[in-house]
Amino acid sequence: MRHTLRETWSGLRRNMSMTVSVIITMWVSLALFGASLMTIAEVDELKGDWYDRIEISAFLCNQDSAANGLGGNCVEGENVTGEQREAIRSVLEADPNVETIYYQTKQEAYEEFQATYGDNPVGDSLTVEQMQEVFRVKLKDPQDYQGVITKLSVLEGVQNVQDLHTILDPFFRVINALKWGTLGIACVLLLAGSLQIANSIRISAFTRRREIGIMRLTGASTTYILLPFLLEALFSGVIGSLLACGVMAGLQYFVVDTLSSHQTLASFGWIGWGQTCPAMLVVLAVGVVLSVLPTLVVTRKYLRV
Amino acid sequence: MITFDNVTKIYPNQTTPALSGVDVHIDKGEFAFLVGVSGSGKSTFLRLITRELRADSGRVLVDGQDVGRLGQFRVPRLRRKVGMIFQDFRLLPGKTVYENVAFALQVIGRPSAEIRERVPATLDLVGLSTKGDRLPEELSGGEQQRVAIARAVVNDPLVLTADEPTGNLDPATSVGIMKLLDRIHRRGTTVLMATHDATIVDQMRRRVIELDAGSVVRDQATGAYGTA
Repeated sequence: MRHTLRETWSGLRRNMSMTVSVIITMWVSLALFGASLMTIAEVDELKGDWYDRIEISAFLCNQDSAANGLGGNCVEGENVTGEQREAIRSVLEADPNVETIYYQTKQEAYEEFQATYGDNPVGDSLTVEQMQEVFRVKLKDPQDYQGVITKLSVLEGVQNVQDLHTILDPFFRVINALKWGTLGIACVLLLAGSLQIANSIRISAFTRRREIGIMRLTGASTTYILLPFLLEALFSGVIGSLLACGVMAGLQYFVVDTLSSHQTLASFGWIGWGQTCPAMLVVLAVGVVLSVLPTLVVTRKYLRV
Repeated sequence: MITFDNVTKIYPNQTTPALSGVDVHIDKGEFAFLVGVSGSGKSTFLRLITRELRADSGRVLVDGQDVGRLGQFRVPRLRRKVGMIFQDFRLLPGKTVYENVAFALQVIGRPSAEIRERVPATLDLVGLSTKGDRLPEELSGGEQQRVAIARAVVNDPLVLTADEPTGNLDPATSVGIMKLLDRIHRRGTTVLMATHDATIVDQMRRRVIELDAGSVVRDQATGAYGTA
């Protein structure tokens, strides 16, 4: 064991600059990898959170609807008729994906508007008659919203169908691109890191090829010969992983926890240590695998009996 | 101790075999020379014993074990039974004489108490007891070969194989090395030495196995280098 540790240490010291550069590469790439794992978890969290709140709003016609050019299926100067309203309701009730339907009258819409924008000068000039009746619909599966929208938008008396997907989807597309982009860059960097480990071990094995040759002819076991190289690679891999875990802990503690405790942001879904700790374990495992695997590959040549 | 049973070895990408149909038996405690011109198959013969090579057909038995069928992880155990020395000594330049010999025991995990006992005794056996702290480069060729012999026998192997051990040495030094090998043989170690040093073979009057183009052409109990 003493021999093994001594050989490991001398290997690390001999390649000091290489060791440092390997650690830095592993650190950066694993930190990026960890950050992208956290981003993925966070995006899922946000998505679930926001998509759960999404409801579809079908605004019904009032007498002004057709006039201002956003007519939808409205007839100029006329409110939605009772028949039309009931037809819309029955379509919604028949849809298997509809969970709850909430109908809001003009009066209720007006009151809600006043409550929300009471101080706003626009509110003063608005009358109840200018408001629109609304069906607010909650879906069982918020991801599958297209069907309901298509059905609603062709019905008589519907002025406009609004749902948050049209706003959120582009937003999530950008976030998704970022998420996969970071993960991709992290993987390329990880590849570079493991190749660097392979290189440093190859150099180590090459400088020790005489010793290895003699160990083999005197009957040293494969494990005995391999161990210093494995430990050397693990040293860089594990230190890089631990530094990366430190970065992740920092992200969680200083960024996520700070944001989520902020009053206006607290209502969003935020990842917690429950998601970050497993991600750190994944990073550690990836660090170990990416240092052990290349070592086994490059030392094979020197260990063949 | 060593049995070659109809052994044939053909190197990859070669058509003529390095050894073909070799049948040889060497008893425990024997001293045998392996002679023949360069390329006759002497080194191949030795490397089959230590499982550096594998026979393409036939069996090589060492101490009753079919070495060709040893698993990857059993080979080190075989090598602990077989000491090896070479024409080029193969010492570690950065280590002292003592460390070079101790290395062979360290790497097979012997306890340090045993190492402290065995290494000086072995250095004494090869006549280098006063030079333990020298580096190989400070020694003559003959002394370096003695260190290599000490390293090969410090673990008390059953067999000692020597591939042209006097090839780099002058005749006087070679005699000293042969005396040392003889001493090791008399302690009970089976010695198998490949050489084309006719003088040595003629002087020692031991068993001679002659190879030519991969076949055994002569096997005499007490032979000379050339055909007697």
